[in-house]
Amino acid sequence: MSEDQKDDGLISVFVDDKEVRCKPGTNLVDLVASVGEEIPHYCYHPKLSVSGNCRMCLIELGMPGRDRNTGEPMLNEDGTPKIMFFPNPAIACGTKAGPGMHIRTKSEMVKRCREGVMEFLLINHPLDCPICDQAGECKLQEFSTDYGKGYSRFVEQKVVKPKRTVLGPRVMLDDERCVLCSRCIRFSKEVANDDVLGFVDRGSYSTLTCYPGKQLENNYSLNTVDICPVGALTSRDFRFKMRVWFLKETPSICTESSVGVNTLVSSREGKIYRITPRRNDEVNDTWMSDSGRVIYKEVEDENRLSSDSSSGDLAQIHKYLESEKIAYVGSGSSSVEELYLYNRLSRTTRSVANYLVAHTQEGDELLISNDANPNTRGALSVGLIESLPEDQLSDLGSKIDAGDVDTLVAYNEDLTAAGITAEQLAKVDVIYFGTNSNATSEAAAVVIPTLTVFEKDGTFINQQFRLQKFLQAIPGLSGVADDLETFSQLLNHVEPDTGDLSSVQAVWAELSSEISLFEGQSFAALSPEGVALDGSTFKHLPFCEGKTLHYEPAAETVEAEA
Amino acid sequence: MAAVERKILLKHADEDYYSPSIDSYLEQGGYEGLKKALAEKPEDLREAVKDSGLRGRGGAGFSCGIKWSLVDRKSGKPIYLICNCDESEPGTFKDRQLVHKDPHQLIEGMMISAFANDVALAFIYIREEMPLGAKILEKAIEEARAKNLVGENILGSGYSCDIVVHRGAGAYICGEETGLIESMEGKRPYPRIKPPFFPAVLGLYQCPTIVNNVETLCNVVHVVNMGVEEYTKIGRHGNTGTRIWCVSGMVKNPGYYEIEPMTMKEFLYDVCGGPLPGRKFKGCIPGGGSMKILGAEETYTDREGKSFSFDEIIVDYDGIAAAGSMSGSSGMMILDDSTDIVEALANITAFYAHESCGQCTPCREGSLWTKKITARMCTGGARPQDVDLLYDMAGNIGGRTVCPMGYSTTWPVQSYIEKFRDEFDSKAQANECGMKSFDERLIEK
Ligand SMILES: Cc1cc2nc3c(=O)[nH]c(=O)nc-3n(C[C@H](O)[C@H](O)[C@H](O)COP(=O)(O)O)c2cc1C
Ligand code: SF4
Ligand code: SF4
Ligand code: FES
Repeated sequence: MSEDQKDDGLISVFVDDKEVRCKPGTNLVDLVASVGEEIPHYCYHPKLSVSGNCRMCLIELGMPGRDRNTGEPMLNEDGTPKIMFFPNPAIACGTKAGPGMHIRTKSEMVKRCREGVMEFLLINHPLDCPICDQAGECKLQEFSTDYGKGYSRFVEQKVVKPKRTVLGPRVMLDDERCVLCSRCIRFSKEVANDDVLGFVDRGSYSTLTCYPGKQLENNYSLNTVDICPVGALTSRDFRFKMRVWFLKETPSICTESSVGVNTLVSSREGKIYRITPRRNDEVNDTWMSDSGRVIYKEVEDENRLSSDSSSGDLAQIHKYLESEKIAYVGSGSSSVEELYLYNRLSRTTRSVANYLVAHTQEGDELLISNDANPNTRGALSVGLIESLPEDQLSDLGSKIDAGDVDTLVAYNEDLTAAGITAEQLAKVDVIYFGTNSNATSEAAAVVIPTLTVFEKDGTFINQQFRLQKFLQAIPGLSGVADDLETFSQLLNHVEPDTGDLSSVQAVWAELSSEISLFEGQSFAALSPEGVALDGSTFKHLPFCEGKTLHYEPAAETVEAEA
Repeated sequence: MAAVERKILLKHADEDYYSPSIDSYLEQGGYEGLKKALAEKPEDLREAVKDSGLRGRGGAGFSCGIKWSLVDRKSGKPIYLICNCDESEPGTFKDRQLVHKDPHQLIEGMMISAFANDVALAFIYIREEMPLGAKILEKAIEEARAKNLVGENILGSGYSCDIVVHRGAGAYICGEETGLIESMEGKRPYPRIKPPFFPAVLGLYQCPTIVNNVETLCNVVHVVNMGVEEYTKIGRHGNTGTRIWCVSGMVKNPGYYEIEPMTMKEFLYDVCGGPLPGRKFKGCIPGGGSMKILGAEETYTDREGKSFSFDEIIVDYDGIAAAGSMSGSSGMMILDDSTDIVEALANITAFYAHESCGQCTPCREGSLWTKKITARMCTGGARPQDVDLLYDMAGNIGGRTVCPMGYSTTWPVQSYIEKFRDEFDSKAQANECGMKSFDERLIEK
């Protein structure tokens, strides 16, 4: 055994007699999943401590036998090692792969164990699937179908427990549905660092609750809803709104901060119902903030600019862009592709200066960083800016006052929030691209509505210089063109032989050849987990991010701050 | 010659001349064992305890010496010793005698065991329902400390160790050693999963920890005082020393008796006075409520195929194991022909349903379900299929749970049904109110 370990550090484990190579110590639930099979489980979660309490993952475990007296390996008649199986089943979630280990996941005993656990879990369960939000993505339903008996032998009164308990502003609990797996408790304690949940009473009367005087109100509370394997914890926002099997899931990236949390956007017929985290072990594991989950509401924001609210057109903009003194203000929430085209527009016209507006916030050291712009590094990478942005555009203000600017282009930023006064705006011709109306759009000569992150494709570069893509979840607002479409057309106005750059694919064809950082990348080939870029050329910059889940600020940055 | 008790641990406890005070204990030669031990090397003491054959008196009967040898001594972390005085197994009341009547014997046993295992801090985890015991222990520890038998530089040996009395918060599961440790850490007493949390490696505060029963630790005093050779002459091979049996139920003289191994007949008749007038023994639950019942009319077969009767069962670890049950916590409950076996089961399962910690699915749900079925069977609602249902369902609990308590439902249910099936069946047949299952009612409609 030690010999084959030398080669690649891997060992052999036998799953139902099939050899599987893995790292020593691999969790057996994960190991079996890695070969496309399943060990049903409730309490085990790859990102939480092992509690081993649901007993759904029981398997038969065997090790090569050794003679008690001599210590010699015991052999079968054919010379193969004799495997001694333990008389009692073992929990896969609490067992780590060891050399020569054998496990049975399909034996009669394992089957009986699963049937038994399923029966026990269901006897006191209210069986209210028809009115339960979890129906369709419920492990109790799935495992009953796959491993249950299919009928009930229970004729006693069920245990009655509290229904509709408000655990916090966003989470509702139905104790009768709870299978007491303790995932939510472990999450609160271990990940959210907010130890507010616990069980009271004992035996079958055990009840999940918040400690007296406490609420489940931290900004990660909705993760408990995600990991609750049943319908005990539900989101008060999503509750009773939509059956999950009607939902279309689109991979996306959260725009809350430069962490770039991977998400799934669930929609039906052009309407978004919820956002949930998408696992990425390099970025957000399986978690996301509560605040990031409501960002979809911006799609229907009351200040949303629609096609009715546009004024002017591209030809008009073209005229303004013939000016000698143009300033461009971009946004760190625009995609790499958009910023690339925006920058290109600035380079093909006479830009006196390009800006980005910094949006900083106090991060939470978990999944919200200090940089509220999801794509500051994208703006740097495409060359729109060379140094880190500031939140006040005082330089732009002085330029306006000095008469150095007469056309001011703003993209998704309200310049008045960045220190430009109404008087200053009145001195220049403002062109505004953006999703929402604000003081800047009010003052603009031309207003072109744009799309939200949910209505288009694109990429962001997060704080780790990880390039990550988001896909269009819902159709754009009727009559509003995709941002890339707008800029592509505008570029062709300014420079008629630019070609069609209205799709991310077309932009990436240029990006990968024009910018060395992006060499070899393409939108289509970019994996859902994203790819780490080499951001070392920017490492001298004093980025504002501190430590978050999978991110440590570079030593240089820390020094620069100090 | 009639079989009699052999009092070693309880030698003085109930005598008129004796009190729980340190003076009483010293008068009887108390703490000589500790003095003797302090002059020895800890590893030699550990070896002696291993050679004495002393087995744990708390339930599983694991070798005390081997348990000590498994302690992780390389971790560099402190090693803790915990005396398990949570005694709450139904039918068990021996530790209570030792604590109430002879606390210094326990303290001496703990100090020797602590010294043998390089322990600097030892605990007594005493169940909440023994407030008097806790007071007595506190006082005794004070007395011992005043005489430099506990605390700093004990008797000038350079060895220091203190004992802390920790009161439980009232739950049977606090007796399970890892549940106990969780409770001591101030948490719910949810037993821990093993692996990885073997107390010998990751016990109290994630440090190596020894958990021993009160009676086990008291025996250590006598192993040291007598020496291995003399000690192993008591009892029989593999079952050395005496055991204190707690006898309750349908027997003339219930009580606690310290004996060497003897036959069931000798024990029940000579020591406990036989059945109540006009009654016949039906069987006994030998080691606390969770153990399998032994029927009085049954014929038993040991591993070698030799058959023997109930009367011939030897009352010790191996003798009761040979009859297919376990000596457990040595709480022996006697049932006679006046006992309704289904009611007995309903009573037992009600306890385990109440005491299941609720952590793991099979024990949590299975114990309450069992309670509900047996309670219904006893109140005129039995159905013919209940017996098989009980038997089959109980088989889905034991051995599949976090801690051994799952067996506390499985073993009683299965053994009572196996041995007294006809009583269960007649209960089901006599069902008058005709309770029907939901499915059956549906079909009728
Ligand atoms: C459910 C359960 C309850 C237990 N209760 C007690 C108890 O009250 N007292 C006790 O000494 N051991 C009890 N035990 C056994 C302990 O876990 C442990 O094995 C024992 O204290 C070890 O001591 P020993 O080796 O000296 O017997 C219990 C075990 C289980 C599974
Ligand atoms: S509420 Fe859900 S996650 Fe929490 S213990 Fe119950 S079943 Fe598990
Ligand atoms: S077997 Fe019972 S008592 Fe033991 S951990 Fe599981 S639920 Fe708790
Ligand atoms: S997943 Fe292993 S015990 Fe719950």
